Amino acid sequence: MTGPFILLHPNDNVLVARKLAPEGTNVELASGVITLTQAIPLAHKIACRDIAEGERILKYGMPIGIATHAIAAGAHVHVHNIRSAYTPTYALQDANGQSAEVSS
Amino acid sequence: MKQQFQGYLRADGRKGIRNTIVVAYLVECAHFVASKIVAGFDDNDVQLIGFPGCFPNEYAARMMERLCTHPNVGGVLFVSLGCESFDKVRASKAVSEANRPVETLVIQRSGGTAKTVATGKEWVRSALNKVAQVERAPMGVDELIIGTICGGSDGTSGISGNPAAGKAFDILIGEGAACIFEETGELISCEDIMVERAATPELGKELRAAVEKAERYYATLGYGSFAAGNAAGGLSTIEEKSLGAYVKSGDSQIMGLIKPGDVPPKGGLYLMDVVPDGEVRFGFPNISDNAEIVEMIASGAHMTLFVTGRGSVVGSAISPVIKICANPDTYRALEDDMDVNAGAIIEGLRSIEEVGQEIHDLVISVAKGAQTKSEILGHREFILTYKTFEPIGPSCLPTV
Repeated sequence: MTGPFILLHPNDNVLVARKLAPEGTNVELASGVITLTQAIPLAHKIACRDIAEGERILKYGMPIGIATHAIAAGAHVHVHNIRSAYTPTYALQDANGQSAEVSS
Repeated sequence: MKQQFQGYLRADGRKGIRNTIVVAYLVECAHFVASKIVAGFDDNDVQLIGFPGCFPNEYAARMMERLCTHPNVGGVLFVSLGCESFDKVRASKAVSEANRPVETLVIQRSGGTAKTVATGKEWVRSALNKVAQVERAPMGVDELIIGTICGGSDGTSGISGNPAAGKAFDILIGEGAACIFEETGELISCEDIMVERAATPELGKELRAAVEKAERYYATLGYGSFAAGNAAGGLSTIEEKSLGAYVKSGDSQIMGLIKPGDVPPKGGLYLMDVVPDGEVRFGFPNISDNAEIVEMIASGAHMTLFVTGRGSVVGSAISPVIKICANPDTYRALEDDMDVNAGAIIEGLRSIEEVGQEIHDLVISVAKGAQTKSEILGHREFILTYKTFEPIGPSCLPTV
């Protein structure tokens, strides 16, 4: 059971939060249970398995970007560790990919 | 059975679901006077539109003509300063050929601000009486044109609001309506799957070329069609946003590719190519959501479905906007502004099919005259800026 997260397509390497998932939430992944080290806001993504630097991120079964760092299973997947294959993303956010205006 | 309601019959045979007088300023210098003329009238009866630029632009001229002869428009008052480049004679001729009351006031020849406002208000009052006499005629879903856009998108948009809007599109198209989706800059990475849905291979090539054009255009500008709030809401890249946006097109075959101001010749699903042709000029294709809504209306949209995650509150002049909130938290925060709670899908309370049907049923109610939340609140936003387009190619439209 992936708790508050949903797998949108069987090929995906990310899960999407269906509601705010507080820090400390346990999430059961194929590789075992992980504990969230930060809150994940509604509709944000976490890795459902380890993702290598340069690997494509799949959501809806479709590529949505490329990992700029290795991403561990259960980690937040966002603008701080993936990039577009097209145009850069400009966001008002800190180094963790959290927007200042997103309350956790 | 097809739903029937009473439309406002126009001389060209098209039918409207609203019957509004628009007051259109033809340069920013006439904006204040035009807004003073509109002030005090009912929001539903008299609305302000306009073009701010003093330099001529064929796109703006064509858009203004299409908007002022939209079937929801009953009459037009143009407000000119006098020395701007906008061709007011051509615009006025287009409205009078569409057999609707039209007047042009030139501030420099009308005695300045106060006298032009007084003359304008007097004209609007007399035009309201004429417009009230417009013939009503039975109108069916197969005569409706419905646009869809998304704005203030977040990670919920592609999971709840957009698929529900797509479901509504599928039902409406099944009933004969023409439905338009847009923003080729937000279809980047969707080319391959979209081309497979084209009615003809030639149209498929046009669809691909339109998205590739958008990709080049935005790459030159250095920004994708992606705002800071998109990232705050969980979207990380333009392709992630695009995939979420794409699903609001539903599952129907794509019948045609249109550009702003082209009216779909028959029912079915159309993509609107909103990215200008030629070298990059005049800045970003659509600088904010209302620019897209205005383009939908110029292509005949009787109303626009607006899917939002972060929470937009806008409406529009001329054609109602139905706001579909994808995010359950946003819905709770902005319920007074939202027509549909698609966030219930994310909470597991309702299915995409149920919300799609609700959107469809609301479209029919609004066509019958029910007011959307933004109409009730008085929202009548409008923006029109500079662009350049070439006409669409021969493979873009279905044969009628």
